[in-house]
Amino acid sequence: MFIQLSKKWPAFSWLLSLLLFLPLLAIVWQSFGDDQDVFAQLWATVLPDYLVNTLLIVLGVALLSAVIGVPIAWLVAMCQFPARRFYVWGMLLPLAMPSYVVAFVYTDLLEYAGPIQTSLRSYFGWSNAQDYAFFDVRTLSGAAVMLALVLYPYVYLLARTAFLEQSQSLVQSARLLGCSPWRSFWRISLPLARPAIAISVALVAMESLADFAVVHYFAVPTLTTAVYDTWLGYGSLAAAARLSVVMLAVLFILISIERIGRNKQRHYQRGSGQEKVVRHQLTGIKGIAASVFCGVIFMAGFGVPFISLLDMAINYFDQSWNSQFLEYSFNSLLLASTVALICLIIAIVLGFFKRLSASKSSDLAPKLASTGYALPGTVLAIGVLIPLSLFDHGINHFFESFGIDGPGLLLSGTVFAIAAGYVVRFSAIAIGSVESSLNKVSPSIDMVTMTLGLSPLKMLFKVHLPLIKKGCFAGALLVFIESMKELPAALLLRPFDYETLATYVYQFVSDEQLEHGALAAIVIVIVGLIPLIFLNRSLEQQD
Amino acid sequence: MKSMIAMAVGIATLASSFSVLSAPNSEKEVNIYSYRQAFLIDPVVAQFEKDTGINVNVVFAKKGLAERLKREGKYTKADLVLTTDISRLMELKDKKLVSPVESSIIENNVPSHLRDPQNQWFSLTKRVRNIYASKERVGNIAITYEDLATDKYKGKICTRSGKHPYTVALVSSMVAHHGEAETEVWLTKVKENLARKPQGNDRGQIKAIAAGQCDVSLGNSYYFGNMHTNPEQKPIVEKVNILFPNQQNRGSHINVSGMALTKYAPHKADAIKLMEYLTGDLAQSIYAKVNLEYPVKPSVEVSPLVASWGEFKEDELPMIEIAKHRKTALMLLDKVKFDL
Repeated sequence: MFIQLSKKWPAFSWLLSLLLFLPLLAIVWQSFGDDQDVFAQLWATVLPDYLVNTLLIVLGVALLSAVIGVPIAWLVAMCQFPARRFYVWGMLLPLAMPSYVVAFVYTDLLEYAGPIQTSLRSYFGWSNAQDYAFFDVRTLSGAAVMLALVLYPYVYLLARTAFLEQSQSLVQSARLLGCSPWRSFWRISLPLARPAIAISVALVAMESLADFAVVHYFAVPTLTTAVYDTWLGYGSLAAAARLSVVMLAVLFILISIERIGRNKQRHYQRGSGQEKVVRHQLTGIKGIAASVFCGVIFMAGFGVPFISLLDMAINYFDQSWNSQFLEYSFNSLLLASTVALICLIIAIVLGFFKRLSASKSSDLAPKLASTGYALPGTVLAIGVLIPLSLFDHGINHFFESFGIDGPGLLLSGTVFAIAAGYVVRFSAIAIGSVESSLNKVSPSIDMVTMTLGLSPLKMLFKVHLPLIKKGCFAGALLVFIESMKELPAALLLRPFDYETLATYVYQFVSDEQLEHGALAAIVIVIVGLIPLIFLNRSLEQQD
Repeated sequence: MKSMIAMAVGIATLASSFSVLSAPNSEKEVNIYSYRQAFLIDPVVAQFEKDTGINVNVVFAKKGLAERLKREGKYTKADLVLTTDISRLMELKDKKLVSPVESSIIENNVPSHLRDPQNQWFSLTKRVRNIYASKERVGNIAITYEDLATDKYKGKICTRSGKHPYTVALVSSMVAHHGEAETEVWLTKVKENLARKPQGNDRGQIKAIAAGQCDVSLGNSYYFGNMHTNPEQKPIVEKVNILFPNQQNRGSHINVSGMALTKYAPHKADAIKLMEYLTGDLAQSIYAKVNLEYPVKPSVEVSPLVASWGEFKEDELPMIEIAKHRKTALMLLDKVKFDL
């Protein structure tokens, strides 16, 4: 693009990206410690297995999420079938479920000692595991399914946004020219949505790469396991940091493969997706099949875990009701919405910079800013802590040099640290979402606007923001929900006497008593749902 | 524009919440970094607050608190660290994050083998690494950790991840007693005897035994006791015995939860008051009654439920020995691919 941005915009963009990249830099810097022997020892024993597990999990979750998310997105966006209006937002609900809760509920249900296998045994008179075959939920594939069940909404949300933003006239033209709905999906809708799908699948891959709770509970050791083993077990933050860097390398390879696959394809659309969507009517068995498909996924990702939580919460209500829930909810809500807004602004600034800057290096800025998402949460928290505490120490030294008492831990000891941790971790989601929307706006629009004499900033507010509104909403919404559930950074970085819903639930989960935290887990889900439904309505406005 | 206003409001609110939090607090307080769940220490803390008027604040996390303490340096607000495992206590000492406490009260309450020779950390409660066994298929037998490697238990053992701190500590104690080579053989055989891949938590092992998936499992006395207090889990745990291994020789392996004063504790005097309180009769009996742990103070009685399991001989290998072999233990667990 050749539009001249003022100097401030690129400078600000680079500053933002570098700030967001600082924690990773701190980790990389840590990795130059001298614990070569731990690393070598791991490499000689378990690391190759962990690496394979990690790759399988990441690929499995990415694939499953795409296979679940894309068809549902297309069905809901482009077709009419029974209960569609419910599924429009219903399919998002699994997102509000913390993955560790889903993992906990399903293992309880499906393991050998769980109610399903126990009743099967008593019904058929089997006496032990040798008498029958039942899939083992605590396996690599089990973990991949669990993660996909809570992560597919990323793909669903971004793909649906892409389908909705697609110019209807393209599909209509295809249909007029004799394409079947199926063919128009393969030849028009899907290729147009491919960048959005790729971005969302990459987000899913990053999230599953960083996951510890589920794989740990499922006893599937991955690179994240090795990171924590080396750090907490062998006491080597350097080796842990080095592993984290390896993980990021794995991720970059995966993403590059997709980028190469997409090569130089670019699709722009004149339309803004503002036209009325003409949904393809699915009748009879087709409609029912679509509805059942969505229903099954909905029940698996949300219904079953939610009912289990509800059951626990009712049974243990007296022990688990806590008058401080309101305070915790407020903390979570305020934190999550602030973080969502900050991430959205970062995403818009960086997205716009990437779009308008003449230099190729501008591609790098959003990438640098997105790296935090793939780091295991606690490692990222340490990465955030390092620069923040350096800053705090600097400030205090400064004051002390004048003989005055410093302000103490201004950043690292306050809610700022958690907010910073969240922003570093989740800005990737907003960046991806905004980018995928921005990609679809034709560059000719920029040229026309500039020709008409608008400054870049005015162009952003008057032209682009209205066009990418849906992507912005989707991104902010995803960040919000992730922040509601976020655990490791909140646990480690919170100030004294500050509790979020997630940290409150975690103390029970970590003591093997989800039943006592179930009520609070339901509050997480419900507090996460309200804005979800509200924001979803604005996504649907043009329907 | 709307979003700009919303953002401004959000940032202003967040900023105001910082200022509230960073405002100097004139009332007396003690701040704790805890590796133990906050709700588990609540009963003791509440009693302390009532008795002394000192406010206690807790941050609970399972990982990284030592790192946070290190980064905060002399500006930390934390006075006390509570841990659930000996290795975390040693880590704090090794990283020079804690300071010695000279208190005759604590020294009288905590036996010397359960505290640091330089008084840099003190144990608060003991946990036994028991063996859970099916009442029906195993019964109340004499058993040793070494037995788990014999053919008698082929396909009969369940366990949680080998990387769990309590398992690592047990393996460390095996290294201390038998040496590295013999421990490796033991671990390999135990692994071969497993009925399923190491997974789940301690309660999960008890459920698996009750359901007949396996006969024995390593496990902690605390969870076994706790399941008795839960009406839904009681019928399950009643199918299982808790055994105290190695009673004929060195005794059962124990691990400790403990505490240490941070190096730069801003409320040192009050923090020591709390430390003394935690080793005292009242706090120790709350630990025993509510959390079903073994108090470190010898004169304090265990809960009736725990007492019903009988007296036992504990392995008196110094805690420092266990911590010393931790890396070797982890290395062996990786080497035999215990979890894979």
